[in-house]
This record gives sequence, structure tokens and C-alpha cells, in this order.
Amino acid sequence: MSDTHSHDPLEHVGPAATEHRCDDAIAQLQAFLDGELDEVTVARIEAHLQECSPCLEAYDFEAELRKVIVAKLREDVPGDLRGRIMSILDRLESEDADSADAPS
Amino acid sequence: MADQAAFAEQATPFLEPLYAAALRMTRNPADAEDLVQETFIRAYRGFGSFQDGTNLRAWLYRILTNTFINSYRAKQRRPEQTELDDVEDLYLYRRIGGLEAASMGRSAEDELMDLFTETEVKDAIDALPDQFRIAVLLADVEGFSYKEIAEIIDVPIGTVMSRLHRGRKALQKSLHSFAVSRGLADDEPVTEPAGDDPTSGAAST
Repeated sequence: MSDTHSHDPLEHVGPAATEHRCDDAIAQLQAFLDGELDEVTVARIEAHLQECSPCLEAYDFEAELRKVIVAKLREDVPGDLRGRIMSILDRLESEDADSADAPS
Repeated sequence: MADQAAFAEQATPFLEPLYAAALRMTRNPADAEDLVQETFIRAYRGFGSFQDGTNLRAWLYRILTNTFINSYRAKQRRPEQTELDDVEDLYLYRRIGGLEAASMGRSAEDELMDLFTETEVKDAIDALPDQFRIAVLLADVEGFSYKEIAEIIDVPIGTVMSRLHRGRKALQKSLHSFAVSRGLADDEPVTEPAGDDPTSGAAST
């Protein structure tokens, strides 16, 4: 039996050691994509992903899902909001300048 | 100490992302505009205490988030939900990951781009309770680190991680329910690529 992996990284029937590495990789997936893991853990997971296509596929899916969510959440700023904020800031600045100039 | 006269120049480049975040927080364009405006006023007034050379972007998001929590959340009259059902890891992948196999040569990103509409993704985010929604927005959309998020919302890093963990899973569950309601995904996990079981091949035709 050369291929010990089934399609699902959580339910494959490989040797216990491999299964443990898959569980580890899936448990660390979000922190890995968040860039929050230390170098040693990153290296261990990258090594596992090179030899485990089911886990790699799951990682790719989650990474792509995040990109899609970000792309779908883009919003256009209402046309006049920037101008309104700029004029509020101008007014606050000139009020500050006036009160600084005012005789005490 | 930061110079107030330099505030507009330094802060206004963050207007677009702040507005998008405000809209996802308030779920309402009029409130989002007010929230962003209020954020800029408070930030201008507090800019004197901002330390030059520290993270201006994180500081602005901290003001935005605090202003939302203190001023806008109260008037939304939604009961504050602090628990979410626990959902298994890889919830969405286990249910729709096999779709890629059905159309050769397309990336997971292309498939997912077509699978969900903008409205569905926004609705799925909007459905998350505030504390989970804010954590997911700050991490996944704004790209802040756990440490930055902990400082922005003033909770321990462990709390940030737990909110992200649960919030992301709940988001996947909502997205999956949209796909199911449009007949694009099965209700149950698919552990093998589509077409393996001839009795459940309807989705691939």
C-alpha cells in the first residue's frame, strides 16, 4: 500500500504518526495563515504539507476562502464623506488656531 | 508627541478601510458615516497624545472600535450574544472542497468567487455577534496581528484567538447554508470528490 492517505485529512487511515502530523497541521491551520506561528512550527508544517496533498488542499482552500471574503467585502466610500471629514478637520484646526491667538 | 496640524495628512489615507470596517460593524451606511466622522473627530482631539512612530493605523482602529462599542452598539437593540455553537474544523472545505474536482483547471479561488455573492458574504459577516464579527474583521480583512487586535479591543490575546476561532467557524457555517439554499452544496460533509458515489451525483450534472 503506497498511498496511505484518503481524501479527508481528518479521516484518513494512515499510520498513527502520519495521522498525528495531519491533526497537528489542521489544528495549526488558522494560526499558520495568520502568520502567528514560530519558525520551528512553520517549518514542521511546511514539511508536512510537501508530503501530504490532502492537508495541502485544505490549506489552499482556507487561504483562498480568506482572499474571496476580503474581495467580496470591498466598499466604496460615499462620495461626500471625505470632503465632509476634511472640512470638519479644517474647522477644528482653525478653532484651535483662534483659541491659541485669543488674548488671555 | 504628534503635531495636530499633521493629523489630516496622516490619517485620511485610512478613510476607505475605516469606512468599510464601520459599515460591517454598524451594518448600516448612515451609522457607518457617522461612526467614521466621530472617529476622525476623536482622533484629531486625541492626536496630541498619540506617540509618533507607533502604529497610527492600529490607533485609529482602536478609536473606531471603542466608539462603535460605546455609542452605536447600545442603540442597535440586539441582544448581545456571547456564545456561538461549536463547529468542526474545515467545516466548509469538508462540504464544498470537492467542487473544485468537478470543474477541471479552475482554482479554488475562482470557484469560491463564483459560489458566493457579495451580499451573501456581507450577510454572513453581519450575522456574527459583535465581539466575533469585530475580531474576524480586524484579522481577516484588516490583517492585524493577534497582539494588535488584543490592544485594539482591550482583551487578552487568548480571548482574541478564541473569538477568531469561533467567529470564523460560524462564518463558514453561514456561507455553507447559503450554498445549500441555492442547491450548490450538499448538507452533509463530502469526504470524497464528487462523482464517487453514483447515487449522490446530482450536483455534478
